[in-house]
Amino acid sequence: MTDATASAPVAAAPAHRSLWADVWRQFRAHRGAMIGAGVFGFILLAVIFGPMLWTIDPGETNLRARNQPMSWAHPFGTDNVGRDMLAQVLAGGRVSLAVGITAMAVSMLIGAAIGVLAGYFRRLDGPLMRLTELFLALPILPLLLVAILLFRDTLRANFGPEAGVFLLIVLIIGITSWMQTARIVRGEVQTLKEREFVLAAQSIGTKEGRVITRHILPNVLSPIMVSATIGIAAAIITESTLSFLGLGFPPDFPTWGRLLFDGKDFMTRSPGRVIWPGLFISLTVLSVNFIGDGLRDAMDPRIRGR
Amino acid sequence: MPLDAAKTETLVSVRGLSMHFPIYAGIFRRQVGVIKAVDDVSFDIGRGETLGVVGESGCGKSTTGRAVIRLYKPTAGSIFIDGKDISKTEGDALRRLRPSMQMIFQDPQACLNPRMTVGSIIAEPLDEHRRDMSRAERQEKVRALLDQVGMNPDFANRYPHEFSGGQRQRIGIARALALDPKFIVCDEPIAALDVSIQAQVVNLLEDLQDRLGLTYLFISHDLSMVRHIADRVAVMYLGKLVELASRDALYESPRHPYTKALLSAVPTVEKRSVERIILQGDVPSPANPPSGCVFRTRCPMAEARCAAEVPAFRKLADGRGVACHFAA
Repeated sequence: MTDATASAPVAAAPAHRSLWADVWRQFRAHRGAMIGAGVFGFILLAVIFGPMLWTIDPGETNLRARNQPMSWAHPFGTDNVGRDMLAQVLAGGRVSLAVGITAMAVSMLIGAAIGVLAGYFRRLDGPLMRLTELFLALPILPLLLVAILLFRDTLRANFGPEAGVFLLIVLIIGITSWMQTARIVRGEVQTLKEREFVLAAQSIGTKEGRVITRHILPNVLSPIMVSATIGIAAAIITESTLSFLGLGFPPDFPTWGRLLFDGKDFMTRSPGRVIWPGLFISLTVLSVNFIGDGLRDAMDPRIRGR
Repeated sequence: MPLDAAKTETLVSVRGLSMHFPIYAGIFRRQVGVIKAVDDVSFDIGRGETLGVVGESGCGKSTTGRAVIRLYKPTAGSIFIDGKDISKTEGDALRRLRPSMQMIFQDPQACLNPRMTVGSIIAEPLDEHRRDMSRAERQEKVRALLDQVGMNPDFANRYPHEFSGGQRQRIGIARALALDPKFIVCDEPIAALDVSIQAQVVNLLEDLQDRLGLTYLFISHDLSMVRHIADRVAVMYLGKLVELASRDALYESPRHPYTKALLSAVPTVEKRSVERIILQGDVPSPANPPSGCVFRTRCPMAEARCAAEVPAFRKLADGRGVACHFAA
C-alpha cells in the first residue's frame, strides 16, 4: 500500500482510515470506471441542467421546420411536427434516468433483502426461494401490459398523469426484476455464513442483525453492485420497450424509448430521430456498467492497491 | 494428576455433554438418524490450566470446543463455567456471558472479515459489550491489544490480507483477548501455520496465560505441541472421551489402546523405544457407531465383551480416567 510508508513515522494513533476514502482512491485508478463516470456524469448534468440552457420547449411544434436535419438552430434536427430533437432528448433523459435509477433501487432493495433473509435464516430459505421461482416463472411483458391496463387509470387519477405512470412503471420494473439478485445474494450469503469470521462474531455475542450488516452485507456488496448496474441498464431498456410499445408515458411526454418509438417510422427520412435517443440509451448503459465494474473492484480490499 | 483438577479451583466443568446432529432424508425431510459428533463427554478444567484435546480428524474435538462455549446448543449434558450452568442459557442472557469465554480459530484466512480493518476487527467485541467506552478509549484498547500480541499498533488501519498467517493468528488472539476473558477455546490455532510460526504462536499463548491467568481448552492433532502446552490431555475417539490424564502420565504410560496407538505414531528423531502400533481399517461412521466400545473395530485387544458392553469411563488408581475394560 502506498500510504504505509507515509503513516509509519507518525507517533500518535494515525487517523482511522476510512473505507470510503480507500474505495474512492481505488476507483480513481480504474480507467474504464473513470471514463464511465465522466460520461454518466455528463449525461446526468446534461439532462438536469440542459433544459435550462437549451430553452426551447420540447413540446413546441413548428410546422415550417419539420424533419429538419442537424443545424445550428436544431443541433439534433427536428421531428415530423417540427419539435426540437435536442430539447426532447434532454427532457426524455430526465424521465428515463429517473425511472432507471429508482427502479434499480427498488429491485436491489427487494432482491438483497430476500437474498440475505433466505441465505441466512434456514427456515425462510424454502418459502422465499419458491417465491423467487414463482416470480421468475411469470412472463414479464404480458404481466406489464395487464398491470398497466389495470392500474394506469387509478394511479393517474391519484397522482396525476405523469407521476402516476412513473410510479407504476418504477414499481412494476422493480417488482419483476429482483429475482436474479436475490438468487445470487442468497448463494453468497450461504457460503459466507459458514466462514469462521461469522462464527467468531457469534462467539463474541454480536446480535444477528449486526452480524448481517457488519459481516454479511459488506461481503455481498460486489454481486449486489454488479446487479445494480445491470439493473439500471435493464430498467432503462424495459422503460424504452414499454414506451416503444406505446404503453408507458403519454404520447406527448418524451422519454428515450418513446422518442425511439415515434422516430422509427421516419428512420429513412430523418435517421437522427432514432440515432440520438438510441445513442444516449447505449451510452448510459455502457457507462453505468463500467462504473459498476470499477466500484466492485474498489470495494474489495484484496484487489485495492493493485 | 486427578481427573477433576484438584490443584486449583475448577473454572470449567462439563458433564455428560452430547452433541448430536440430525440427518434428514427423503422428500419429506424426515429425520432418519443422528450423527453423534460428541457423545457423553465429561471433564473439568482448573483455573489457569490448559487442557489439551487430541484425536484424529472428525472425532468431535472442534464440536466439543464449540459446544462448550455455546456456539452450538448441546443435545444433552451441562456446562458449568465459573459455577454457572450455561448449557440452557439463550438469547440476551447468553450474550451477556460471552465476554468471559472466547475462541481462537483454526484458519487465520477465514476468521477475519476481509472487508474490515484490523482495528475494527479487534474493536468488534468492544463495540458489542463495552458501550460505556468512548471511541478514543476503544481505539486505545485496540492499540494496547495489538501491542500485547506483539504487533505494531499502527497496523490497526490495515486490512487482514496485508498480513501473514502468523500475524493474522495474532490478530485473532487480540480479538479474543479484547473482553478480558477467563476461558479461551483454542480450536487448532496452529494447524494452518508453518512450523517456525507455530512455536511463536504457542509461546505467545503461554506467555499470555502467565500474564493474564487464562484458562485454555487447547484442541489440536499435533501431539508434540499438546505435550508442550497442556497440563492435562484428553484423548477423543469417535465423539467419546477415551482417556484423560495429566500430560506426563499420558505421554509416558498411555493406558487406552487408542492412546497407545496415537502416541506410537508421533514422529521422533531418536530411535523409537516402542514399536509402532498400526491400526487397521477406518474410523467408523459417527452416524452408525459400533456397539459396545466404539474403538473395538480397530482395537488390537478387542474381545467379545467389547461388543456387548460399553466401557465405563473409570478412574484408575493414579487419578486418570480411561474408558477401556482392560485398562488397569
